[in-house]
Amino acid sequence: MHVTSEKFQDNAKAAIDDDQLQAGLFIFGKIFPLLREATASKLPEFEALRDSARDIKIEALNNLGTYLEAFEDRVEEAGGRVHWARTAEEANTIVEQLCEESGGKDIIKSKSMVTEELELNDHLIGKGYNVVETDLGEYIIQLRNEKPFHIVGPALHLNAGQVSDTFYEAHQKYGRTERVEDKVKLVEEARIVLRERFKNADVGITGANFLVAETGQIVLVTNEGNADLTATLPKRHIVVTGIEKVVPTLDDLSVFLRILARSATGQDTSNYVSLYSGPRRARDADGPESFDVVLVDNGRTDMLGTPVEEMLRCIRCGACLNSCPVFTTVGGQSYGSVYSGPMGAVWTPALASVSSAAKLPNASSFCGKCEEVCPVRIPLPSMMRHWREKEFEAHLTPSGQRWGLGVWAWLGRHPSLYRAATSIAGMGLRLIAKGRRGRRFVTALPFIGRGWTQSRDLAAPAEPTFLSQYKEGRRR
Amino acid sequence: MTAQTSTTDKRIGLFATCLVNTMRPRVGFAALKLLEDAGYDVAVPADQTCCGQPNYNSGDRESTRSFARGFIRQFADYDYVVVPSGSCAAMVKVHYPKLFEDDEPEKTAINAIAERTYELVSFLTDVAGIDRVENAHATSVTYHDACSGLRELKIKQQPRTLLGSVDGLELKEMEDSDVCCGFGGLFCVKYPDVSGEMVRKKSEEVAKTGAEAVVTGDVGCLLNIEGALARRGDPTRAYHVAEVLAGFDKEDAS
Repeated sequence: MHVTSEKFQDNAKAAIDDDQLQAGLFIFGKIFPLLREATASKLPEFEALRDSARDIKIEALNNLGTYLEAFEDRVEEAGGRVHWARTAEEANTIVEQLCEESGGKDIIKSKSMVTEELELNDHLIGKGYNVVETDLGEYIIQLRNEKPFHIVGPALHLNAGQVSDTFYEAHQKYGRTERVEDKVKLVEEARIVLRERFKNADVGITGANFLVAETGQIVLVTNEGNADLTATLPKRHIVVTGIEKVVPTLDDLSVFLRILARSATGQDTSNYVSLYSGPRRARDADGPESFDVVLVDNGRTDMLGTPVEEMLRCIRCGACLNSCPVFTTVGGQSYGSVYSGPMGAVWTPALASVSSAAKLPNASSFCGKCEEVCPVRIPLPSMMRHWREKEFEAHLTPSGQRWGLGVWAWLGRHPSLYRAATSIAGMGLRLIAKGRRGRRFVTALPFIGRGWTQSRDLAAPAEPTFLSQYKEGRRR
Repeated sequence: MTAQTSTTDKRIGLFATCLVNTMRPRVGFAALKLLEDAGYDVAVPADQTCCGQPNYNSGDRESTRSFARGFIRQFADYDYVVVPSGSCAAMVKVHYPKLFEDDEPEKTAINAIAERTYELVSFLTDVAGIDRVENAHATSVTYHDACSGLRELKIKQQPRTLLGSVDGLELKEMEDSDVCCGFGGLFCVKYPDVSGEMVRKKSEEVAKTGAEAVVTGDVGCLLNIEGALARRGDPTRAYHVAEVLAGFDKEDAS
């Protein structure tokens, strides 16, 4: 997985100055959390369901091999095939071979974060295939050559005008030379253009929200219906998904279906929940002729048994993004990774590397709101701290910060010097502060303090340190 | 102050925290007053330093353990350790035990001190059993829920209860009072643009209430919000909840 996370700060600055993007963030940061809260509060057992969901995932991950093999057996019994991919390269090669077997060149896809992670589209396009995303948001960002803005709403940072420009440019080749600006008409245009792709596609590629070990079914939870067309219209259905998506039974699945949409979009349930198992049978009215599931590891088994194992419980609902004051300030593309927000700050170093992605787990104030809303109770802040520890161990922490921490720890071991240093710091601040309305503020600090005073003043201490005054006998 | 408990023989060690010690010493004296008025014998161990959060949150686990050992040396002999900060109290109460999970006998000592450590306001309400302070002040305040106290120590109602008991004080709730102000320790200087935008939003919510002061339980958040208000030329004051409960805010010219 390629990441450009080292540019987080620059990206963030640009995002903060982008009014259009900020308007999109308002939907995630304000509307979705309100909807989530409203729908969750109507369900008295919501908190208990979260506990169950966590426990089911723990059980599934503790016996991952067993459940995946059971899933494979059921898929084969239904006439499908299961392929195991250790790396992104292996997964892409397997999918390419399966496409080759189809004999055709036209591929349609429904939204799948795993295939984004694998950069599958680039791989297939490089091999001469036509790949079209069919989720409306994903289709738009594919035309614009962008990465998803949010794992649930990939294009919610764009307005109708921007989409209009994109369609006007991209759809001319289909004879649509008139510019469309109305939102409903834009959706209609996408539908008309995509309908042709659906009808002519040789291969449909989907992800999976869940895999059911008991039945060998793959589960798609969507709102647009495009995933079902992708899964059923072409002759070949390829499912590409991460190994952590397996749940033991259909009963277990029902628990997740009750929390997923509520956590993601505040819906009681999504518009479509579809379970697929195997290719079309003799008496089936429709369905693909072949059904292949590519189970992707790509770093996931390396997470087992480590402090970030619990991240594998993630069901990609996006609640942590919507609740995150950093995400809702900078948006998904600032992260330079397919996965953004708190979940992305934990996934990205695991799937790419600590050195390339360290900016992400550091971009958190540890406010803890993500953990509060996570439907499977993943302790996201602790895991971000884990990556900071890995960064520190590997001497990747910026040298100035490392030096400062060393000095601070040394002062911690020498209390009299700590007292002297804090006294001097307080005196220094009082010295450079300027009076305003009876208070004194520092308006410009050097070095690391510049980060503070670039956007706020610092109220200088009004008196000598607490410890020094206490020592001299002051008590109140 | 109305204490349900009469004078107690319990001894409290007050952990001032770096930011109170250096930036807002008055909060330490306010804490002393509130705890003594509640009938406790309070001392301030002279060799206390930092709880180690900057190192802990930067991934420097080993240094953090040395801060924790220093903390035990200073506070082991007290019945309670009280901290005028949700985040430093949570560091001791929630995170110290994680640092010594596999180390007997240190683990026992750490767990014992973690159990006896409390954030100031929740100590007053939940342990001392106080539900009102004898104090009158005609002012209006809005309360910002500092993240660590709110989510790690479940401090939400306690400060509101005590603030509500101050005669004449009006509490004007802001929107998103539980959304982070963007301080986050070193976060605010490592990601100044993001932090600056977060505190800009926060100071806007504060200003919208029209309250005379914003009140919170952590000096880090306090300095952050106060600084952002000052930068926008907003005269709204910022106080630690202990300053208001002890009546020290009245010393300031408005």
